[in-house]
Amino acid sequence: MAQLEEILRPPEKDLPPYPAKCIVLASGEKMVIRQARRDEVPILLPDVAALTKVERDYYDIVAARAYAELLGWLRYRVRDEYCLVGLIDGVLCGLVNGRSLSAKVGVSFHTIAMRRGLRVGAHLFAAKMEYHIEHLNQQEVYIVAESPIGFRRWMIEYGLEKRPQVHHELGGVMSWSLTRDLYFESRDRLVVGERPVPQDLVEKAKTILPVPEDQLIKQVTGRIRQAES
Amino acid sequence: MRDVYIIGAGMTKFGRAGDWTLIDVLEYAAAQALKDADLKDDIESVFVANMGAGLLNHLSGVGSAMVDRLCLWPATAETVENGPASGGSAVKVGTMAVGSGAVDTALVIGGEVMRSVTGWEATDFVATLSHPEAEYIYGVTLPSLAGMFARLYMDKYGITPEHLAMVAIKNHQNAMKNPNAHIQQTVSMEGLLHRPEAVVNNPYVAEPLRMFDCCPVSDGAAAVILCTKEIAEKSGKPMVRVAGFGQATDTHAVHERKDPTELTAVRLAAERAFGMAGRKPADVDVAELHDAFTILEIAESEEAGFFDKGTGHIALENGETRPDGRLPINVSGGLKARGHPVGATGVAQVVEIAWQLAGKAGERQLDDPRVGFTCNFGGFGNNVLCFVFEREG
Repeated sequence: MAQLEEILRPPEKDLPPYPAKCIVLASGEKMVIRQARRDEVPILLPDVAALTKVERDYYDIVAARAYAELLGWLRYRVRDEYCLVGLIDGVLCGLVNGRSLSAKVGVSFHTIAMRRGLRVGAHLFAAKMEYHIEHLNQQEVYIVAESPIGFRRWMIEYGLEKRPQVHHELGGVMSWSLTRDLYFESRDRLVVGERPVPQDLVEKAKTILPVPEDQLIKQVTGRIRQAES
Repeated sequence: MRDVYIIGAGMTKFGRAGDWTLIDVLEYAAAQALKDADLKDDIESVFVANMGAGLLNHLSGVGSAMVDRLCLWPATAETVENGPASGGSAVKVGTMAVGSGAVDTALVIGGEVMRSVTGWEATDFVATLSHPEAEYIYGVTLPSLAGMFARLYMDKYGITPEHLAMVAIKNHQNAMKNPNAHIQQTVSMEGLLHRPEAVVNNPYVAEPLRMFDCCPVSDGAAAVILCTKEIAEKSGKPMVRVAGFGQATDTHAVHERKDPTELTAVRLAAERAFGMAGRKPADVDVAELHDAFTILEIAESEEAGFFDKGTGHIALENGETRPDGRLPINVSGGLKARGHPVGATGVAQVVEIAWQLAGKAGERQLDDPRVGFTCNFGGFGNNVLCFVFEREG
């Protein structure tokens, strides 16, 4: 069994750490973005699973696929994956993940904002690109969009280049690339945050506090219905 | 004209309709208002304010559809389309119908389902109200018109980005006490403007206006029941009277105005409303202004006569327009945070004032307001409706 597991499990490589940073949101709340550890994945999964029930804005597709990716990372079935989490006072407000394809190329997987209207997703995606380009020192990141929001945020805001010849791991849709040049052209207007993170926030961000399902659904939907008339 | 009273009001939460259709949201708001008024079979006429059913929802004849949905036959039915001032127009037409003696009761509903399309399509849809040959074909949108207006206004009167942000901060804070508000999220000056992160948190939409200077695209509906004095007295409900209304228009293309920083239609509409009511701006205890963009709350507060021209931002800075200030403005959260389903907005403003004057505004209830004011701003100020309401007794 151990021998078989050795075959099934991809070789392990320690990726350089993502140094945590702190971002003051429009609300004035301070969001810490830090790297999640593999052993923290079980804390993330219930919230991601809850979002598979939300059809709006393609949360269901994004959450279902992110769930599989995170589970694959937890159970040693995806190579060189990482996950960054956004935390406000320790409470999970979003996550992004991806993996290192080679020394030169990164692959962006998914971005999930669990708080809406504060550009949490935009900040987390920027942190992901920062990780690939500045910390993994890669030349480019392959990206696809599964929602109109994603397309508007990534392909248009970053002015990504098309990579029709690239088969992205998420499927057969058009692949795009964030090159180093594009990243540094956009860096000043899209990548922000303060380092080092103040100690009190570091302490609060040590533990990931998941969001209760009812609250999470309310946070990402906000339906008109209050009560049946 | 006979006196006209509001004896019922209702609305949906603004935001996203989800799987609800336009007819569903209109029905919900109407049902709330009918329930509030304890009326149903007595409704003689229905006026539905809507701007985009044809373009956005592939619907026409919405007034007739609502009479049928609500089983109000053989009540008369009209759909009223006047851009973002459709709601104000529908309330005006309803008031005239009751006031003229043509009918004794009228149900006025305003609603919109705009999030059935993308944000880009919604922006384009609203832009269709601009001048087709002089503005729209050159790519003019409402944010761009507001951006140009803001730049001129800020230069002329010394208004800063901080003043604009103060409007957003106040109205977002107000919306925290409004369960019907689209956005229930406080914002801070630090996060909006003063931190390096502001470049991402609050990017420019149409410079100098940033994302948090603009109202959201919302779905939702609001409704009021108008009636005669006799019916209102018999109901035993608080007597909220439509004391006056005024309407005025201006050139369609903004550049044709002598001074684009003058919102002449707002000034004239407000003067007419105050004249009809026999009131003056200083009598007003609570106002709902059309803050589709933060700069508009400041400019309208001056044109309506509440503050001298060029001093609205000082009043704002001094806290005079906060709920605990001399003249609370947009206690509901305004278009900025309560939301802006275009056809619903003018009616929602009236609903908020009716609730405030009747003492039914819940957690955001002000201390015994007696006179309320609304300003529903159509086009880019080319068709404006203002109302004055009074609580009797």
